[in-house]
Amino acid sequence: MIRLDKRPNPSKAWSYSTPLLAVLLTMIFGGLLFAALGKDPFVAIRTIFYDPLFGQHAFFYRPQLLVKAAPLILIAIGLSLGFRAGIWNIGAEGQYIIGALCGAGVGLAFYPTVSFIIFPLMVIAGALGGWAWAMIPALLKTRFGTNEILVSLMLVYVAENLLRGMAVGLMKNPEGFGFPGSRNLAQYPSATSWISQNAGIHWGVVFALIAVIFAYILLTRHMLGFNIRLAGQAPRAARFSGVNPTRLVLFCLGTSGALAGLAGLFEVSGPAGQVTTDFNVGYGFTAIIVAFLGRLHPVGILLAGLLMALTYIGGEIAQSQLQLPAAAIQLFQGMLLFFLLAVDLLTNYRFRPKQGAAA
Amino acid sequence: MDLSSINWLLLLASLMVAATPILLAGIGELVVEKAGVLNLGVEGMMITGAIAGFAMAVESGSPALGFVGAAAAGALLSMLFAVLTQFALANQVASGLALTLFGLGLSSLMGQSYVGLKPPSTPKLDIPLLSDIPVLGPVLFNHDLMVYVAIAIVAGTWAFLKYTRAGLTLRAVGENHEAAHALGYKVIAIRCAAIAFGGACAGLGGAYLSLVRVPQWTEGMTSGAGWIALALVVFASWRPWRVMIGAYLFGGITVLQLNLQAAGLKVPVEYLSMSPYIITIIVLVIMSSGRSRGALGAPASLGRTFHATG
Amino acid sequence: MTELFAAHGLRKAYPGVVANDDVSFSIDEGEIHALLGENGAGKSTLVKMIYGLVKPDEGHMTFRGEPFAPPEPRAARSAGVAMVFQHFSLFDALSVAENVALGMENPPKSAQLSARITEVSNEYGLPLDPHRTVGDLSAGERQRVEIIRCLLQDPRLLIMDEPTSVLTPQEVEILFATLEKLRTEGTSILYISHKLEEIRALCDRATILRLGKVVGHAVPREKSAAELAEMMVGSALHRPERELAPSGEIALEVTNLSVKSANPFGTSLKNVSLMVRKGEVLGIGGVAGNGQDELLAALSGEALAAPEAVQLHGNPIGKLAPPARRKLGLLSAPEERLGHAAAPEMSLTENALLSARIRKGLTKKDFINWKATQSYAEKVIEAFDVRTPGPHVAARSLSGGNLQKFVMGREIEQAPEVLVVNQPTWGVDASAAAQIRQALLDLAAGGAAIVVISQDLDELMEISTSFAALNGGRLTAPVPVEGLTMERIGLMMGGAHDMEVAHEHHAEAPA
Repeated sequence: MIRLDKRPNPSKAWSYSTPLLAVLLTMIFGGLLFAALGKDPFVAIRTIFYDPLFGQHAFFYRPQLLVKAAPLILIAIGLSLGFRAGIWNIGAEGQYIIGALCGAGVGLAFYPTVSFIIFPLMVIAGALGGWAWAMIPALLKTRFGTNEILVSLMLVYVAENLLRGMAVGLMKNPEGFGFPGSRNLAQYPSATSWISQNAGIHWGVVFALIAVIFAYILLTRHMLGFNIRLAGQAPRAARFSGVNPTRLVLFCLGTSGALAGLAGLFEVSGPAGQVTTDFNVGYGFTAIIVAFLGRLHPVGILLAGLLMALTYIGGEIAQSQLQLPAAAIQLFQGMLLFFLLAVDLLTNYRFRPKQGAAA
Repeated sequence: MDLSSINWLLLLASLMVAATPILLAGIGELVVEKAGVLNLGVEGMMITGAIAGFAMAVESGSPALGFVGAAAAGALLSMLFAVLTQFALANQVASGLALTLFGLGLSSLMGQSYVGLKPPSTPKLDIPLLSDIPVLGPVLFNHDLMVYVAIAIVAGTWAFLKYTRAGLTLRAVGENHEAAHALGYKVIAIRCAAIAFGGACAGLGGAYLSLVRVPQWTEGMTSGAGWIALALVVFASWRPWRVMIGAYLFGGITVLQLNLQAAGLKVPVEYLSMSPYIITIIVLVIMSSGRSRGALGAPASLGRTFHATG
Repeated sequence: MTELFAAHGLRKAYPGVVANDDVSFSIDEGEIHALLGENGAGKSTLVKMIYGLVKPDEGHMTFRGEPFAPPEPRAARSAGVAMVFQHFSLFDALSVAENVALGMENPPKSAQLSARITEVSNEYGLPLDPHRTVGDLSAGERQRVEIIRCLLQDPRLLIMDEPTSVLTPQEVEILFATLEKLRTEGTSILYISHKLEEIRALCDRATILRLGKVVGHAVPREKSAAELAEMMVGSALHRPERELAPSGEIALEVTNLSVKSANPFGTSLKNVSLMVRKGEVLGIGGVAGNGQDELLAALSGEALAAPEAVQLHGNPIGKLAPPARRKLGLLSAPEERLGHAAAPEMSLTENALLSARIRKGLTKKDFINWKATQSYAEKVIEAFDVRTPGPHVAARSLSGGNLQKFVMGREIEQAPEVLVVNQPTWGVDASAAAQIRQALLDLAAGGAAIVVISQDLDELMEISTSFAALNGGRLTAPVPVEGLTMERIGLMMGGAHDMEVAHEHHAEAPA
């Protein structure tokens, strides 16, 4: 028999290697899953993890990596602040949608005016939209003690319905021959987030990098970051230290909402181009995996976001080349989070043989 | 809009059907939370139950077997959560989310070949005499068996928690796991059992959606029902009968909203479809603003990780 | 007398510590046997082995002449071993009867059980209402629930872990009467304590543990308290020296402070008034759960009150948050080290930042100066002799005594004008406790005003200049410590909390 002992100090070595171990385990079990679906597991794993980076058409896929990773990183950075403080915003998907709607709304309102001011206004509107949507659970939590997990999640469904309503109603393209969906913002130079479509760089990529740097400084050097960590690890000690829990909730939810809103805005005015009924593709939820996989650390999130983007792109390739179902990739991502949570045990605990018989 | 076009009797009758999925999932989660565990994976277990039950029913031709399969699938999936939180000591919130994300992926993979199929129909119980009572008959006594099974589970859970030794032990574990451990109760075993029960109930709830309420399989068909079930437990202050009241109230709102859509209310469908979620939020706010009373119902060890030392 | 229980060569090791090593002793039938030792001497591990919570690595036990190796508490209970825990194993939200049922193997039906509880609790002078919710009971009443739970199973051996730490002196007398009655009925009691006078008054024999080993057996009545203390600690104890500083101007004044408890089962403060002068040490006694946490929170700034209710040097500070109060010179150290005074997973450096940021200038425009923070942590470690590999280790890896020294040092090194501490030496070994008390006295001698909230009356008598007691969220008027008797203290603490009926009038009590 073995038993678990809590380590006196968390293991540094394991805290770095558990994400890698989780990825490895996911590859093994994912491979088994692909084999069960009748695909060659080695080919499948190579298609997902190797081909987009170094395969024949890598020049085409590499830029996409940035496009997919940017929203994931942007959202995950925001979420990680809250998760560290024990504030669970799981409605980033909704904030992402509202950010996109607000930002796109501004852009569409100006159509077809040409002005350099339009895009910055859209950015502000997007951030404000996501922020406002996240302030609903934040204010309800601080005023009434309502559980932010459930409220933020309920608001995802509200936002999805709002999106559908907008795509077929208010924001519908008047020249769209009655099809649902707005005008294409990517083709409206004053309102697009693209910087270089060929290189896969849009403003979201830039903002994601800035967010990583800011979060890093915040968490390592700034009192607010310290308070966030303190509140998450020992809420009573945080109160003793003088942390104001209300302000912390407003800050964490507000920031993550604003970042998710920005991600939505950059997406709708760039890679997606238009408001459609199924504009959102679950970045808000996948970002939760990214945040944990990156161990809630800004640099970790950067790497995790790129890895997750790889599975999206690799998954699409596998879908078209190997006819691997899209759901298998979704399952694969879910599995990654599972293994990560499971092996995380090694950071704080160690296994020992049970004593007694060995006397 | 023509309100007279709504058949109010039919509306009342379909209320129980609309409420049953969240009632099942909610009562299961109530038991889990009473044992001190917060499983946010209800949505994932429900949708896995929905496809597992659907597949089982289609393959076997028997809805009953479908429900059995769904319960088994839900319980099996919940064991992943149990392993993570009870043995690997992972954070319960994160693990619950993982379960939901995993369940959504798993179900859409499993469901690929079942899209567009019709499940075998679940027969209605035509209870002689009772179902012939005017008004009350069709509203209360003309449903399929699962509607009554759900009520029976609520009654059973209530009696179990209130009157049995095992129920007392379960509540004790949820209240103070250290003390329960010191008295020699097997905290982890009890919690695993509760998690499995919660998973089975969520599975049943999901299968009720895909086999009776809709009835067909579409991806992501639970669309938040699992989360509403979680809210239901808070609404009920962790009391079984109140879960039922909450579920029926919620079922009523859903059905009314659907009927208003059908009656041609001059509000776009999308905005009417939001209403259940908005109402859930409002209810949560009302319940939590009477904080001291509501909070007293919550098990004291809810969401905390237990690791026996020494 | 016949032997009831015996332990032979018990050993139990945990990673890094040997909790028990070659422990042997025996208990006779109808004997009250003391297990004496400091915090960390291995008493808890030993009783956990007897109660089946922990399996010994080596050695064996016998009970009523049979080999005894309970794999779980259930087996120990059915063999006739019952235990009253130090930190009660009770369930706040459940009723007394439900709590009792949980500790029994085959509880009778609920109506019958309630009747039995009423009957037995009256018989032993510990009246209890079976239908009340345990969370609403006082500490003394909660202990009664534990005791009744044990008694209903007719135990042969009753283990009591530090039972008097939550009782007023009057309640202690009632408990002792109950234990004497049990002894005459032939029940054996294993009585764990570090309070020497109690043991001398009550126990027939004593086994003394130090650092996990048996260092001696004694008949307590034949030894003096000092002799027992020396056996327990291993050396003569240093008693803090007290210099009575002339009391100066008023530093902290609290007037009619009422604060609602943040905890649903907590005690709200009602009209608390107190006053501490420079150089004065005000000791606040009282049984656990009578508003101690709430008082500390109200003074530290974790709980806010009317501005005028708390005044520091005449300035109203009742509405100020902890950092603002620190800035003005009011510091505090809560009871719970891990999770309240310190964040368990954070390093000592980070924990230094937790409360010393303002007064030590460890941040500039909210950016943290980690270098300065680390050197402050090192300074505290050095000045208070904290045994640790360095300031980088997590707080949870320190022993209780060392972490407490760090926490106290962190506040004291900031040169507070007023310091409020709750249970400064709780669960700390004797030498660290003496060191902490000395530091508090030195601080007072330097002109600081100090409020010590403690449940250890001996400690309060040793270091305070005046004494007040918390009872049900109310504070008695402070009185000078000089010439204060135990009986007076007991009455200030609330006497026997509605138990006067108990033994004195037992004969007249209606059946």
